[in-house]
Amino acid sequence: MNKESIPTLSPLFRFQWEEAQQCHVVLYPEGMVKLSQSAGEIMKQVDGEKSVTTIIQTLSDLFDGADVSDDVIAFITEAEKNGWIEPK
Amino acid sequence: MAGLSLNNNGELNPPLWLLAELTYSCPLQCPYCSNPMEIANYKDELSTEDWLRVLHDARKMGSTQLGFSGGEPLVRKDLEILIKEARKLGYYSNLITSGVGMDGERIAGFKEAGLDHIQVSFQASDEELNNFIAGTDSFKHKLEMAREVKKQGYPMVLCFVLHRHNTDKVKDIIELAIALEADYLELATTQYYGWANHNKEQLLPTRKQIEAAEKVAHQYQEKMKDKMRIFYVVPDYFEDRPKPCMNGWGNVFLTITPDGTALPCHSARLIPGLELPNVKDHSIDWIWKDSPDFNKFRGYDWMKEPCRSCDEKEKDFGGCRCQALMQTGDAANTDPVCSKSPHHSELLEEVRRIEGLAGQTIEEHPLVFRNMRVSKKIITSSTGS
Repeated sequence: MNKESIPTLSPLFRFQWEEAQQCHVVLYPEGMVKLSQSAGEIMKQVDGEKSVTTIIQTLSDLFDGADVSDDVIAFITEAEKNGWIEPK
Repeated sequence: MAGLSLNNNGELNPPLWLLAELTYSCPLQCPYCSNPMEIANYKDELSTEDWLRVLHDARKMGSTQLGFSGGEPLVRKDLEILIKEARKLGYYSNLITSGVGMDGERIAGFKEAGLDHIQVSFQASDEELNNFIAGTDSFKHKLEMAREVKKQGYPMVLCFVLHRHNTDKVKDIIELAIALEADYLELATTQYYGWANHNKEQLLPTRKQIEAAEKVAHQYQEKMKDKMRIFYVVPDYFEDRPKPCMNGWGNVFLTITPDGTALPCHSARLIPGLELPNVKDHSIDWIWKDSPDFNKFRGYDWMKEPCRSCDEKEKDFGGCRCQALMQTGDAANTDPVCSKSPHHSELLEEVRRIEGLAGQTIEEHPLVFRNMRVSKKIITSSTGS
């Protein structure tokens, strides 16, 4: 994926908030991955509508203009490698 | 299993993984079934209301992965109701099925109810062996169902349980899974409990078979790595370190059997001295946190040597309690798969003895198929009534 790509959740996976564990998780056949707080925030923006660039901008606005670009790209790359998300 | 992490800061984990064994009824008769041999004794099944309460209470404690299993869960007429509730509660639900009792319409119904994925089991890659092991003519229907599962947009896990009769066919099995476009392929090793343990002499593969199968599985894992995930585990009888059974007793897994008995693993009923709490009498919360059963082998304090002082105990939890019991007579012993166990040489001897039987017709212990009729016979002969 590049910055113009629009990431969307792969149909094999489910992303949700787990109240009992106070974290976001990615669920898939036979397993579950707990996400860190920042990874959870990024995944929340993956909605099949926003491009990577828009996600970076949205998060930056949310966190007082912080430079989140590298973090977002690193996470998107990792998540795509794991098959959680794919370009729409 | 894969991906589930342990809580290392000493807090009790929630029962992340809930296995709902809805019924022991099954149209198949697989001799490697890990259900207890006394299935005919457990005909009283939980009601729909009981199951709905179990789902609700376990979810509240943090259960996330839910497996509908059995027997054959399709036998339960209220399966769709349970799936719907599971989705509403936020479970990631999995139907573990033989495919017998399913059709396109029922799969569509599961989808609508919110089931997340379906695991279809096969007994072999060819019709003759599949139907022999399953004890029913089910192969063609299974193929049809696997295609239907994919067609309806489900992630599909295919499961093959491996033993002496099909381990040599691993290549054909993987090719079949590729042809059916499985997303995950589980080459599960037979777990020698219940019926499988009874049939061990007939089922345990030889070391040579295992080594050949492992090679093929690894080749395909590499070749298929972006298309299909292949899980292959060497049967632990051939290893020198035990499996981290259930990821630790009372740590991740909660099994509810058809009659409502709560177990830390689906074979635990065979361990003597357990109180076997039932969800009809106790809350899931009490069962998980406070019941003597779930605390019996929890953590590390119960361990004896060589586990107690072993630096690998946090990795494998001393292995499997049921295997320790069956092979050494004491469930608190080190799993004899471990080369540090004083009983390890006995296990190796047992494996060698059984290997010697491979290729022979074993007349005194024929392969026993799992069904209610045989179960009743076994119950009668063991109680002498």
